[in-house]
Amino acid sequence: MEEMTFEQAMKRLEEIVTQLESGDAPLEKSLALFEEGTKLSAYLSKTLDNAEQKVTLIQKQNGQEEEIPFDAETE
Amino acid sequence: MKEPPVVYTVTQVNQTIKLLLENTAAFRGLYVQGEISNFKAHSSGHYYFTLKDAQAALSVVMFRSDAARLRFRPENGMKVLARGRISSYPKSGQVQLYAADMMPDGIGALTIAFEQLKQRLYEEGLFDTEHKKPIPAFPSTIALVTSPTGAAIRDMLRIMERRYPVAKIQIFPVLVQGQQAAASIAQALEDVNRRGEADLIITGRGGGSLEDLWAFNEEIVARAIYYSDIPVVSAVGHEPDVTISDFVADARASTPSNAAELCVPDRIELHRLLLSQNAEMTSAVQNRLHEHRVALQTLEHRRKQKTPLGYIQDKRFELDHVTGRMQTAMEQRLLLQRKQFGEMAAYLDAYSPLKVLARGYSVVTNKNGRVIGSSALLKKGETIAIQFAKGRAECTVDQIRRK
Repeated sequence: MEEMTFEQAMKRLEEIVTQLESGDAPLEKSLALFEEGTKLSAYLSKTLDNAEQKVTLIQKQNGQEEEIPFDAETE
Repeated sequence: MKEPPVVYTVTQVNQTIKLLLENTAAFRGLYVQGEISNFKAHSSGHYYFTLKDAQAALSVVMFRSDAARLRFRPENGMKVLARGRISSYPKSGQVQLYAADMMPDGIGALTIAFEQLKQRLYEEGLFDTEHKKPIPAFPSTIALVTSPTGAAIRDMLRIMERRYPVAKIQIFPVLVQGQQAAASIAQALEDVNRRGEADLIITGRGGGSLEDLWAFNEEIVARAIYYSDIPVVSAVGHEPDVTISDFVADARASTPSNAAELCVPDRIELHRLLLSQNAEMTSAVQNRLHEHRVALQTLEHRRKQKTPLGYIQDKRFELDHVTGRMQTAMEQRLLLQRKQFGEMAAYLDAYSPLKVLARGYSVVTNKNGRVIGSSALLKKGETIAIQFAKGRAECTVDQIRRK
């Protein structure tokens, strides 16, 4: 799950919800999908809650490019 | 005695004119206002035209290097302001303005340039919708190509931090006004693409005059946006400000703050969505379980009613059983009937009239054939018949005794 980007996880979750709602999957599959879906949902929720914005500045000096942390207030 | 007149050659005259002109301070650098006519862009790249007003005309030449820097294309009938020097061309004696710079006269100067560039790029297809890339719904890394100072960037960072801190922000600092701005922005756009880390670019700046925003109307910026493989959102100035970047970009935001809101989802909304998805999944699975339970019950019920094969077997068994019972019943009935018949036969036998007759009794009948069991039924002189075991006699009634 950690290999997925936020976007991929959201998309997969949407797929699962659609599949479950269509009622096409047999019971075994439905239960497996439900499990995957709940795990994804929990992961996404946690990610949203715990995320801290990361801001960097790409600085060019003497032909060198460097990524440094950026603080809007002090610039 | 009169002195002979001075005779100059043509060359001398023309050279003198040139010298006189070039020694006139005012002519060394001046602005001339007029209307363009007879405009010709020479294959060499030099411009040749005439500037005229109501009374007079002046030849103008603009050399290639200066002509190339013009922000607009001169046309006949255009009213312009030309900056340059007055001199003459010795070979022809032609007095002309050597123009170093030129601009459309009046307030709409930049507007005209804007309109012309817009038209040209539109015709080239830089604004085509087919070329525009979709903006990612959940960007992982967003590149901001803008000034690293000022309200614009602070607002964008703040809004994105509130809504969606999941997205990482990379700032590519550029100049957003002045001569170097356009090149700075174009270079940064290339850098973002080269690094290949961002999945979205926002470029723009806060509000200002048309001159202030001009960098985002420059061709070099437009092309850098067009050729960016990473989607670009243009966010320049305020709502009514429209720049060429807005037309080329994959999406336009009215201001940098607006861009921050458009480009990232709001985590409060996302939480709401996740909750409703959980509810949907749960109810879907509950439905499936319920369906499954009902299906099982139906199967069980049907099995109790026998499966087709068992059903047939059972029915057959039933049939056999019933048949057996039928047979038994029939046999018993038959036996009973035989017995009854036998009993009846014996009874009949015992009470058979023939048997009775054989014991000596006889049967009396009148002339109508009616069996007479009582003398009361007879009249004197009546004819009667008497049946014996063997034979019969016809008699006449002589006397009747009623006992």
